[in-house]
Amino acid sequence: MYDVAITGIGIVSSIGIGTREVVNSLCNGKSGIQFDPQRLELGFRGALTGVIKNYQMPELSRKKRKTMTEFTLHAYTAVLEAIEMSGLSQEEIASERTGLIIGNDSSTLANVSQVDITREQKSTLPIGTSKVFQALNSTTTMNLNTLLGNKGASWTISGACSSGGHAIGQACDLIALGRQDRVICGGVQEINWESVCSFDATNAFSIRHDQPERASRPFDADRDGLVPSGGAAMVILEQYDMAKKRGANILGRVRAYAFSSDGSDLAVPSGEGLERCMRECLNRGTVRPDQVDYISAHGTSTPVGDAAEAQAIYNLFGSKSPWVSSIKSMTGHEMWMSGASQVVYGTLMAEKRFIAPNINFKKQEPTAAKINIAAQAIETKLKYILLNSAGFGGTNSCLLLEV
Amino acid sequence: MTDQDIIGRIKEILIEEFEVDEAIIKPDSNMYEELELDSLDSVDLVVALENEFGFKIDRTRDEEALRHMRTLNDAVAFIKQKIA
Repeated sequence: MYDVAITGIGIVSSIGIGTREVVNSLCNGKSGIQFDPQRLELGFRGALTGVIKNYQMPELSRKKRKTMTEFTLHAYTAVLEAIEMSGLSQEEIASERTGLIIGNDSSTLANVSQVDITREQKSTLPIGTSKVFQALNSTTTMNLNTLLGNKGASWTISGACSSGGHAIGQACDLIALGRQDRVICGGVQEINWESVCSFDATNAFSIRHDQPERASRPFDADRDGLVPSGGAAMVILEQYDMAKKRGANILGRVRAYAFSSDGSDLAVPSGEGLERCMRECLNRGTVRPDQVDYISAHGTSTPVGDAAEAQAIYNLFGSKSPWVSSIKSMTGHEMWMSGASQVVYGTLMAEKRFIAPNINFKKQEPTAAKINIAAQAIETKLKYILLNSAGFGGTNSCLLLEV
Repeated sequence: MTDQDIIGRIKEILIEEFEVDEAIIKPDSNMYEELELDSLDSVDLVVALENEFGFKIDRTRDEEALRHMRTLNDAVAFIKQKIA
């Protein structure tokens, strides 16, 4: 089994475009959440959303751009940043030893649009040829593959809110097994009301409309639901020895990846499944619970989910749990992207030697076990970071970073 | 509408929608071999022509004519027949 190095990261999120802006937001506990009046007019119960600000589209020909959704453009911006950071050459990227695996579980606008056009015009011809390449869940992977020219693995993983975590994990496995030398991986999440109206129907969203920046409050006793968000997070993973040999700046290692499923409820996480996943991840990484410095929690700010995760962390780590924070307190829930963005956020924290705060944490959840929530940014050197993701249907992903 | 008017509007579409270099577009240019449109572009070109000239393609009846539409002059003849 080969070790896996992280050599590049890139991001477009509600708390910034690019790693430089994002690390400042993480450090300062800046929220990316806003109120969207259109959602209220449309009958949404929860009308808050993460918003990507000041995004500049990358230079692309119209032909290349026309098959790309907004979130694929975000992914392209993020991957360009990650590749530049990695120092990989065009030849290395365009190799059959280079893979591309992205986590995504929807592409709603193209699907809505193609159906609308057909119903209205009574013909499929006016749909044109771009929609089919936008409408598939694999849209980002196929578009980036043609732009980057990599010739190895090229597919998409859909695992609800664990999609990004599983994508990075599978990328890691392909390198560990020697099947790829490097994999460009990550997660994407569209931001638009169309893609989240059915979530709103389940009463999953926060209704703290008068305080958008205070609405996402994972683990806080007064949390009332999640805030949808999105963007794109991309990571370059390489076989460690090869990265070292070419003189790459190694940002960290993915020490272990574990997956599990609850095998119980569609919407209500068991907690047991995530606990099993964390335990297996530490076992695979041969790291003891007391060696973990920080847990980047899944913590989405839902009453049930956060309590289950807090209990799972307590069960594994006991009353002396490592520092825990959920970045979703600032970004909102980046859903399909979140498992991948955690890798970017965790790597940035390690580089700058701090733990980003779980903002809006005021009052300890009374029913869940006590865990060590970092309510303020903490300056500290990090070595082992555990990243949790849990998705609808009870699919869990854990990544252990050594940084 | 003169042939020249129609050609001018097709040229606009080729430049705007398909980023074809204006300098190489001639009335007898083969759009696929010389202007390098591909098979997907050929579908989007028909949609663009429908919108520009306000006609409706009959996908059974027009298929043969569209298959033989290679040059801008061919497109002019097709459009004139559709809007006649």
